[in-house]
Parts: sequence; structure tokens; C-alpha cells
Amino acid sequence: MTTEAATIGLTHGGSEDTGLGHRGPESKSIVVPYGFWLFILSDMVLFSALFATYAALVNATDGGPTTNQLFDRTLVAIETMALLFSSFTCGLAMIAAKRANMAWTQIWLLVTGLLGAVFLFIELYEFAHMIAEGAPPQRSAFLSSFFTLVGCHGAHVTAGLLWIGTMMAQIWAKGFKEHIVRRLLCLSIFWHALDIIWVAIFTIVYLIGTLP
Amino acid sequence: MTQDENDLLDVAPGQPHSNILSETAAYVIGLALALILTGVSFWVASTSVLWGPGVAVGLVVLAIAQMGVHLVFFLHITSGPDNTNNVLALAFGVLIVFLVMVGTIWIMAHMTANMAPPPELTNLQMQH
Repeated sequence: MTTEAATIGLTHGGSEDTGLGHRGPESKSIVVPYGFWLFILSDMVLFSALFATYAALVNATDGGPTTNQLFDRTLVAIETMALLFSSFTCGLAMIAAKRANMAWTQIWLLVTGLLGAVFLFIELYEFAHMIAEGAPPQRSAFLSSFFTLVGCHGAHVTAGLLWIGTMMAQIWAKGFKEHIVRRLLCLSIFWHALDIIWVAIFTIVYLIGTLP
Repeated sequence: MTQDENDLLDVAPGQPHSNILSETAAYVIGLALALILTGVSFWVASTSVLWGPGVAVGLVVLAIAQMGVHLVFFLHITSGPDNTNNVLALAFGVLIVFLVMVGTIWIMAHMTANMAPPPELTNLQMQH
């Protein structure tokens, strides 16, 4: 009976309890990141609404600049590389943190933060450039939805940078205590999720927006 | 609690494996696949070799593939029994994202097609 249920994935890995049985609830190191995972998924739902808005309004340019006139693929390629490699180094930081290696954890977190800062700097440069060119958010419904979608992602990256700095300080001050490592795991989930959302943005907004 | 039982506990999303080599390898493989998919995306978008109207669909497919790579190699979402909760939550999230995006795009496209002969009206203008 138990093995049968396990093969269709209804129990916790073949044991008889359902998560709150004789073993009691899962440990905090499972429950907290799982709850954070649910938050990340709800964040994805939020972004899906912004994507849907953008898709509905992308042609509503009100005679103003269009996607083809505004976007620069070279800049987007650099942004994409910066964020992808920062996601990679964030993973390396997690490997080092798991082994309580202070130096490498700090180094990889620093690299992650610097690559994130490069991304953010290029994005702000692009925004400033667009506004100076007469394409501010209030110019058309297309530009409103563009700045909302991409700006919301940029705001997430900004929050992620602050979080990285906070975690570097906490690891430095308190060491690899269980609750600190738990926070670090949540940070890595957050940072990887930002890269996943960026994949959708560079495809839907920038690449499809600049097709001939 | 035995070691065996320990192995069967749930894992959190993003939690690395236990062996440093296989852990690093997962991230390296993920990075390589993501780089390839990104490169192909940018190539597909700029080449004129491919059939024009199909390019956008191809780009979306490539993006979904890359998101899958990120989920598997960076967030360590697997099909194992210890990942059931993570996968179910993800499946629900994907369902909602799909409904919101496809539903909106579908309805708004039909509204645009059925409502307005003069394009100025469909061009939702900002008042300024």
C-alpha cells in the first residue's frame, strides 16, 4: 500500500506520514524556502499581468516612437550576459556557503552583486536615453506599459542588490548560522527567479520588438 | 533517524546537491545551455535565413526552453519524490501565468479585430 502510493508521489518519499505525521512538521530549513518559493511564484503571476498589459498595448504608440526605433540589441545582449553570469556566480556562492567557506562565499556574492550593478547601470542608462529622446512613460500607452514592466524588474534587481549587501554583512558578522544560511538560500531563489523573468523580457520586449 | 530516511526528506527549491563536483557541474551545464539558448535567440532574431512569420514563435519556444534550464540547473527543481511540493506549486503558478497571459492577449486581439475600423480608435491614446 505504502509503496504503491509512493510511486504516484502522494506521500513524502515513501514514508507513511503526510508531512505532519509521526515525524512532525518539516524543519524550518525546508518550510521557509518553500514559503519563499510560493512568494516567487506569486511574483511571477504579478509579472504575467504586466506582460499581458504590455502585449495588449505594444502597438498603441499614439504616433510616438515604436519598439523598432527605441531598442538597442547590443545593450540588451550585455545586460543579458551580466544577469546570466550573476545567476551562475550566485550558485557558486551557495556551494561555498554550504561548506562554510567565508572567503569564497563573500567573493562570489560580491561578483554577483557587481554583475547585477552592471545590469542595473545599463538599464538606467537606457531609460535616461529614452526619456531624453522624447520617449518618457507618459508619451504613449506603449511606453507606459514598457516602463512599468521593465522598471518593475529593475526595482526587483535593486532590491536584490540591497539584499546581497545585507547578506554579505550578516555572514561576515554572524557566520554560517542556520538561519543566516536559510536567508541566503531565499536570496539565491530570488536572484535566479529574476533571471528567469529577464529571459521573458529580452525575448518578448526586445527581440520580438526589434524583428524587421 | 537513519541516513536513508534523511535522504527521503523534502528539499527546498534552490538547495544544492551534496557533492561539490556534481553541484558545480550542474551550474556549469546550466550556464552552458543558457548561453547556447540565448545565443540562438539573438541569432534567430537577426538572421534573414528563417521564415519571417515563424521567428516570433521560435523565440518564445527558445525562451521557454531557457526558463526550463534555469529551473532545473539553477533552482534544482527535479521530478524526484522529494520535490513533489515544489513541482506542484510551480505547476499551479504556470497555470495562472498561462491563463492571465494567453487570456488577455486572446481577448484583446479579438476586441481590436472586432471593434474598430478607424485605427485611431484602437490606438489607445494617452490624454495629454
